[in-house]
Amino acid sequence: MIARLLAGAALAALTIGVMSTGPAMAQQGKLSGDMVKIGVLNDRSGLYADLGGEGSAIAARMAAEEFGNKILGKPIEIITADHQNKPDIGSNLARQWIDQDGVDAIVDVPNSGVALAVQEVTKEKKKIFLMEGPATSRLTGDACSPTGFHWAYDTRALAVGTGQAIVKEGGDSWFFITADYAFGHQLEADTSAEVKKAGGKIVGSVKAPLNTADFSSFLLQAQASGAKIVGLANAGGDTITSIKQASEFGLTQSGQQKLAGLLIFLSDVHALGLQVAQDLVLTTGFYWDRDDETRAWSKKFFDRYGKMPTMVQAGSYSAVRHYLKAIEAAGTDDGPTVAAKMKEMPVNDMFAKNGTILPNGRMVHDMYLARVKKPSESKGAWDYYQILRTIPGKEAFATFEESGCKLPK
Amino acid sequence: MSLHSQSSGRASAQAAGGPATVGLTLAKVGALVVLAALLAVPFLLYPVFLMKVLCFALFACAFNLLIGFGGLLSFGHAAFFGSAAYVTAHAVKEWGWSPELGVLLGTLAGAVLGLLFGMIAIRRQGIYFAMITLALSQMVYFLALQLPFTHGEDGIQAVPRGVLFGLFDLHNPLAMYYTVLGVFLIGFAIIWRTVHSPFGQVLKAIRENEARAISLGYRTDRYKLLAFVLSASLAGLAGGTKAIVFQLATLTDVTWQMSGEVVLMTLLGGMGTLTGPVIGAALVVTLENYLAATSLPVPVVIGCIFVACVLVFRRGIAGEIAARFGNQKQGS
Repeated sequence: MIARLLAGAALAALTIGVMSTGPAMAQQGKLSGDMVKIGVLNDRSGLYADLGGEGSAIAARMAAEEFGNKILGKPIEIITADHQNKPDIGSNLARQWIDQDGVDAIVDVPNSGVALAVQEVTKEKKKIFLMEGPATSRLTGDACSPTGFHWAYDTRALAVGTGQAIVKEGGDSWFFITADYAFGHQLEADTSAEVKKAGGKIVGSVKAPLNTADFSSFLLQAQASGAKIVGLANAGGDTITSIKQASEFGLTQSGQQKLAGLLIFLSDVHALGLQVAQDLVLTTGFYWDRDDETRAWSKKFFDRYGKMPTMVQAGSYSAVRHYLKAIEAAGTDDGPTVAAKMKEMPVNDMFAKNGTILPNGRMVHDMYLARVKKPSESKGAWDYYQILRTIPGKEAFATFEESGCKLPK
Repeated sequence: MSLHSQSSGRASAQAAGGPATVGLTLAKVGALVVLAALLAVPFLLYPVFLMKVLCFALFACAFNLLIGFGGLLSFGHAAFFGSAAYVTAHAVKEWGWSPELGVLLGTLAGAVLGLLFGMIAIRRQGIYFAMITLALSQMVYFLALQLPFTHGEDGIQAVPRGVLFGLFDLHNPLAMYYTVLGVFLIGFAIIWRTVHSPFGQVLKAIRENEARAISLGYRTDRYKLLAFVLSASLAGLAGGTKAIVFQLATLTDVTWQMSGEVVLMTLLGGMGTLTGPVIGAALVVTLENYLAATSLPVPVVIGCIFVACVLVFRRGIAGEIAARFGNQKQGS
């Protein structure tokens, strides 16, 4: 009897639940929750904490402050969390933020593996996802989302910049040390394609787990391969460790082999020091000492954070600013509406000049090929790069047709 | 809690005839109250969080079946949990299986792996048993890291939740919650039945004194192997369900830290009690969830609680309560 009653109650509860979730999902009013809530989700304690971390949150706050921390008369709130480089933690946090805390947009998310997981959540929930940290071009390719925006750089831009430049200098045989996850795989694939296109060849590759402390066996394989260029398809702490250990192993001193860091951030160069990092060729989406505007903004950032911004941090500022402008123009924070507005408007700020956003969410802007200065060339702290060439956005990034994204144009 | 009192009621019923009927009725009412609470709670709390608690509770219960009732400390249960998650995720995503079949296949994977592990591990006792299970689970971890179908660090992502039995759309959080609750209750019922069966009695006998059990004519290795496979299958059931809930299967599920976490949950809640692992899992998951948003380091806090548990209440939460209220038999 009681069991039957309970079963009835459960069924009733289920029906009520099914019915009540329907209308709750519909958009009501102009701003959901009467505020715009932005969640900065990144690595705050691990190997990618330096390139994004708290710096990205500060950059996002700087963007909000330009609007007086208010939009359409309602407050802007910025919250942060640490995804610890684990896709499950990242997607859980994103889901909880959106379901429970009313977060309207998620920012940064370095680590392509985590970003791909979060992209699934934001796509399902129709919320804005502003990616500065992750690299893989799949985020605007087969894993694209109508509300996802890839801002600062991607693996293809890195490959076009660094890959081509090195082959032109005679580095025509490559061996890759690749971070064993989405980002590394894609960076290796994109760079291999560019190297082959430029007439070079790939000798081999080895996959190293994320956050490796000991690269010796991988470096020995690279040494044994006899390739002229050892391409480091990794990032952050892994790049720093591998470059340091390569120099300890005398990999580059022999003159036979050269290192090519495919993704190097300003924070990595700062950690390595110019003595070790000198003459590395790299591709970046932003350098603080490029013009008056970037210098002025970076100075403000430096005063708050004590470090010059990386392209991820500067990109976070630019993306959040553009997002807020789009909300202002659209008069709502409804994900798909704001996304459409963002794609209509050109991006013009200290980060990008006349940046355009493709239907797959790729923000197309100029990239820069840079060389790390020798200690003797550097005039002071943070004077690290010499810009060799500006890579026009159209050359650096894939077109919508090339990307493989299945969204309607 | 009430399920625990239900079992103790049953124990006392066997001991003395008179008050048994009263105890049973009380236990039944208690169980129904808890069941009603479980049915109502997603309207109050975030369903995804509750589902996580239930998945880990089932995992901890499965682990407890082995250590609490069989006396076998496995340090490799993440292998069953994680492999099942991968298998379920792969079946559902790549082969387009329905969620119930995917979870069943995951459970089967846990069982097969449990059989393989068990056949090797039960030949040794104590620390050697624990070390063998740890070594084997590390092998599974490296397989998960390197096999192409697991996608390395990314894991299997975007697993569709699908439609249960072709009827219930699991994208609805409530439908998903009641499914997970159902899975948990089935798993819990299997464990309850096992513990209170003659098989369970023999297991306890083996735990207390294996030599004597052998001298009584029991083939203890077979009992231990069966318990191991059962525990691994239920851990697989929990893992497969988790993959459907979170729509992904990653390396986190197969690392040795996960094996450690389930030991922690069981010890905190109360080893060898039926409800203890559920309480322990709820406690650990809640702490992890709510501390993640603060600046307090989660592992340090949980570590401190564990130290306090070992020093002050060694029987775990449920075990201690049982001991306080005079049902010492339950704690044993």
